[in-house]
Amino acid sequence: MKEDSFMKGLLWNILSPLFSVLLALILGGFVILSLGYNPIEIYAQVIGFALGNPIGWGYVLFNSTSLILAGLAVAVAFKGGLFNIGVEGQLLVGGLLSAVVGLSLPKMPWIIHFPIVLLSAMVGGMIWAGIPGFLKAKLGVHEVINTIMMNWIAYALTNYLVVNVVRETGVVYPLPQTAELPPSATLPRLGGFFQKFGINIPESNPVNASLFISLFMLILVYYLLWRTKIGYEIRAVGSNSLAAENGGINIQRTIIKTMFLSGALAGLASINDVLGYRHRFLDNFSHGLGFTGIAVALLGKNHPVGILFASLLFGALYRMAIGMDVFTHIPREIISILQALIIITVAVGNEIFTRMIMRRRKF
Amino acid sequence: MISALFSWETIASAIRMATPLAFASLGGVYSERSGVVNIALEGIMLVGAFFAAVFVYFFKNPWFAIFMAGIFGTFLSLIHAIVSINFKVNQIVSGVALNMLATGGTTFLSRLIFKAAGSSPHLEGLAPWSIPGLSSIPGIGKLFLNLSPLIIIMFFTVIFSHFILFKTVFGLRLRSVGENPHAADTLGINVYLYRYIAVLISGFLGGVGGAFLSLEHARVFVETMTVGRGFIALAAMIFGKWTPFGSLGACLLFGLAEAIRMRLEGVGIPTQFIQMIPYILTMLILAGVVGKATAPAADGIPYEKEEL
Repeated sequence: MKEDSFMKGLLWNILSPLFSVLLALILGGFVILSLGYNPIEIYAQVIGFALGNPIGWGYVLFNSTSLILAGLAVAVAFKGGLFNIGVEGQLLVGGLLSAVVGLSLPKMPWIIHFPIVLLSAMVGGMIWAGIPGFLKAKLGVHEVINTIMMNWIAYALTNYLVVNVVRETGVVYPLPQTAELPPSATLPRLGGFFQKFGINIPESNPVNASLFISLFMLILVYYLLWRTKIGYEIRAVGSNSLAAENGGINIQRTIIKTMFLSGALAGLASINDVLGYRHRFLDNFSHGLGFTGIAVALLGKNHPVGILFASLLFGALYRMAIGMDVFTHIPREIISILQALIIITVAVGNEIFTRMIMRRRKF
Repeated sequence: MISALFSWETIASAIRMATPLAFASLGGVYSERSGVVNIALEGIMLVGAFFAAVFVYFFKNPWFAIFMAGIFGTFLSLIHAIVSINFKVNQIVSGVALNMLATGGTTFLSRLIFKAAGSSPHLEGLAPWSIPGLSSIPGIGKLFLNLSPLIIIMFFTVIFSHFILFKTVFGLRLRSVGENPHAADTLGINVYLYRYIAVLISGFLGGVGGAFLSLEHARVFVETMTVGRGFIALAAMIFGKWTPFGSLGACLLFGLAEAIRMRLEGVGIPTQFIQMIPYILTMLILAGVVGKATAPAADGIPYEKEEL
């Protein structure tokens, strides 16, 4: 009997996101239809563009790399009962700090230089997430508004620093950016690696070794949340803080730890672009990545495996957005409409199902 | 410089800046008094700003455009109501999703309709009003000269809302639904209905607040032009202890911060730091500079009607 309901739960956990995505695509299809295009044709064209060739896969993996980390950052906070809408600001601050540290250190081997730069990205994110975490823990201020405010402050602060303090001088480039990082602070691209397996992704493709860091973090977060004491505490506070307190867990400290962990992951979400692709911090490079992380976490049910698949999906959606620009006159923002629709359908679908189960248990 | 900062012009501009916030903040008061957190106000304002621009662009009638901004704000809040009241989805998750929908949707439609990336053409706003008598007083009279009619409407809406919420049976019921929905239900008050009405009112007011931004403040629609004002309005509501007059007071404070911010531009302080002022102010206020505020007891908690 129990086995049966477990299987049903598992099946539902796979089916409900699929159903939600399908529903969102159908709704998006109506939007496309209302613009006078054939949605099936458009979808086929942009999906073919994103997934029909190895070059497209490379871009999808590149997009997914940051999304895995942004999604994990949101999910860890969710598990601890916190809603971190500040991933966007945290990854901007983390990215800038890693670039600045990477540029200011003297010449040294990769094995020392890179870990320091990586750590700086995490520390930047931790500081930015720690402030709302501290305010929540000590003063009970809701983290949602504060993390949003910290986003706006991060936009302004990083913009100020990259325009006035750490801007690369002597170049004509429309957007403010830092100088290029030395090779000892960067990660290699993966074109050659894929070619060993007979997949022809050219070296110019941006997919890089931070993909492995993000996959490693997926496993690490799983281990941390479900196999360690701190993970147990985070989940306990998240599911029932009153019971957790009675069980002897220090709630305030757990909230701060959760936000630190979430912020560290958010900071890491910047490395794909800063350390792996552009090799420099470009003003406002993130373009809403932190917010897509919310969609990834929700669709992935805050579980590392789910987040992996959700990241691949949204990574493909990004690529499809570029396809929209190339092949159609439909603004690529239709993809962000799809994202929002996916969140709503996932959230609603989840609630309906939970209540169906609750009702059945009554009898 | 100091005298330029603290002048009647600064106060007049503070009132202007406070107006969109006050509409949204008032919307927040209705919604949260009924027990529904509405962080979708940010997106609602954006939708209001956008549709006000669209309707002025096509119909050249600002009053009609402002009304339609309210209607589209109401429509977005209707989704919030359905999702969070009927389906009992976490109200913050729903709000975030709707904010994303609003950002994506308005940018999408703006590119389709205005054909230009980033913003609409210049828009026609309302003809300004001056209050006869008051506007001829030297000094303070400047506050009553060439006012946007929406500013006057805003003040009346605040007074009216105070009356509605605290002096009528309807207001009493609406507040009881936010404090103790079970007790209200026992007394025969339809909890869902009252929450629906409150959330829809918040959508209308938020939409009108957004319309002020595009028609009266900027006279142009710019993508993502709300830049966190919906959240600042919510902070003002908390600062104002969930009351119409308190919220208005807090909004005037934020308006003053923005007015000072605008005056400070070009005096040597980097603009980015001046831009941070309202956000830092919001955080400081929420951190309890003015003492702890207590939300309505059932705020944010979905109501599950007991099945017998």
